Amino acid sequence: MSGIPAARLRGATDHGVPARPGMTEPTWLRWLLIGITASFLTGFLLLPLAVVFYEAFREGARVYFASLVEPYAVSAIRLTLITAFFCLIGNTIFGVAAAWLLTRFRFPGKAFLISLIDIPFAVSPVIAGLVLVLVFGLHGWAGNKALTFFWPIVYWLSLGLGTLLLLLTAIGYARTQRLRWILGLVGVGFFAFAFGFDPVVARYLAAGKEWQIIFATPGIVLATIFVTFPFVARELIPVMQSVGQEEELAAISLGAGGWTTFWRITVPNVKWGLIYGLILCNARAMGEFGAVTVVSGNIRGRTNTMPLHIEVLSNEFQFAASFAISSVLALLAIVTLVIKTILERRLNRPGPEL
Amino acid sequence: MSATLSWSTRTRQRIGILPGFGLSLGITLTYLSTIVLIPVAALFIHASGLGWSGLVEKLSGARVAGAFKVTFGISFIAALVNLVFGTLTAWVLVRYRFPGKRFFDAMVDLPFAMPTAVAGIALTALFAPNGWIGSWLEPLGLTVNYTQLGLGIALTFIGLPFMVRTLQPVIEELSREAEEAAACLGATRAQTVRRVIFPELLPAILTGFALAFARAVGEYGSVVFISGNIPRYTEVIPQLIIIRLEQYDYQGATALGAAMLVVSFSLLLIINLLQRWAERRAGSAA
Repeated sequence: MSGIPAARLRGATDHGVPARPGMTEPTWLRWLLIGITASFLTGFLLLPLAVVFYEAFREGARVYFASLVEPYAVSAIRLTLITAFFCLIGNTIFGVAAAWLLTRFRFPGKAFLISLIDIPFAVSPVIAGLVLVLVFGLHGWAGNKALTFFWPIVYWLSLGLGTLLLLLTAIGYARTQRLRWILGLVGVGFFAFAFGFDPVVARYLAAGKEWQIIFATPGIVLATIFVTFPFVARELIPVMQSVGQEEELAAISLGAGGWTTFWRITVPNVKWGLIYGLILCNARAMGEFGAVTVVSGNIRGRTNTMPLHIEVLSNEFQFAASFAISSVLALLAIVTLVIKTILERRLNRPGPEL
Repeated sequence: MSATLSWSTRTRQRIGILPGFGLSLGITLTYLSTIVLIPVAALFIHASGLGWSGLVEKLSGARVAGAFKVTFGISFIAALVNLVFGTLTAWVLVRYRFPGKRFFDAMVDLPFAMPTAVAGIALTALFAPNGWIGSWLEPLGLTVNYTQLGLGIALTFIGLPFMVRTLQPVIEELSREAEEAAACLGATRAQTVRRVIFPELLPAILTGFALAFARAVGEYGSVVFISGNIPRYTEVIPQLIIIRLEQYDYQGATALGAAMLVVSFSLLLIINLLQRWAERRAGSAA
């Protein structure tokens, strides 16, 4: 029992222990403040969450489930999942590379690079969409012309690289059996890519089709990546910083290769931080509205994500259906919060750096 | 040969011993440029293509001026509300013990985890004249939906976690010794709070305020449901940008976007300076 008083003194606000008068607020004020905060958070956070489920089920479970399996809803859910998938892959690769770069090396311009990573946090999602429309849109830089121009270059480069790799394999450049397999397969892959995509591109150009980015899935994915860009990196950097590089240096000095060190030492050390970042990234990616609105064009069943579908349904006064889709996303938010709370206890820190 | 070797050895000593510098630098810069830098640069190039007079022309007019006033005015008020309630929430969550504390602590991140569209539609339902809260406000003559009040509520909602999460760690780190010393020297609790605690928290409070403000200025998703998009009354700039795009007025959208970006970058700079101030404050206190 001797350890308790010291701990209690530090947090001398426990109502079980009489606190000294000048060190904390009087009991009545404490409970008043707690009361105000609790009612504020209940009214402001809990009720909006509850109202979503209430409205979703107001017309019965049958209407609820019917509006979730209706074809437009299904295609919206599918597009949301596809978008989140690409977003997670891209941001993981970037996040790991950026965290490795920023925590393991010293180089000029590091502080500037860190502030560049924060840009998407400060920029309105609508602007994220707008810049993509300006780059790829009607008066944009890329488009059908870009394909006409770049495809032959990509085509010949692929064939050249493929030939080179196959030649290297043939003359026995690769020392190990495994490396030989990899080189050979990548070489064949280049050939397959070039020969496989050539007819597709030719058909595209012959049909005079626009190479759609805006008002299509690629634009939606790009816009979502823009707004979720910093999440993984921002969560990984402090974790990798605090883990330090001693273990990696030890592995390298014992003769391990770079990739071995990365997979065997770094990844296990930072995996909870990585998962934490991915959870936040996923929540934002699945729920992104502003940026996606701009680039989607709201083509039902083709370019509608779940948040956009909510808006469409609500504009058509189909409130039950709209709240049904909302409830799925609200559920996702709850799951995110639960996992986040568990991970924070594991990572032993108070909250995210927003 | 030896010259190259010594050069690379020296470089290694300078930047670090672990491998992967080139690869990680390449991936980071390529990704950053493709996704963020080139598109943002494109916005400025398009905007500069309009010329100074073109920009001024696109940014003048009662509707644009109204949108700017509404966006910054209501965002400022919302951030102020968050300053009061966010500081209170952070204080209560760190300093007091009460049943359900962990639950409320986890709930604070809800506006961050919940998609903005869901937040918008939920707040609209909640504050509708026949909604759970709206039906109480209606007899008082308060209409929330499609008014500036509703816009303010949405912007407060999305900014709250920024305020609370910025303050929480700082309140946790506050030195109890200073409070004890003040109490021993005969200060009342109110004096201690005003003279000892508040100055320590000020940089973090301002940082949280700036973060909440920056978030509110750019908000679109929740606003579109509750504000009703009435020009010069509840129409905010992100909405106006989308309307311009729908009218195929790319130049108007570009001008508005460039103006917003300049504001955002200034806010980012201010936030960075505030954070540095807060860190210095924390460093000198420790």
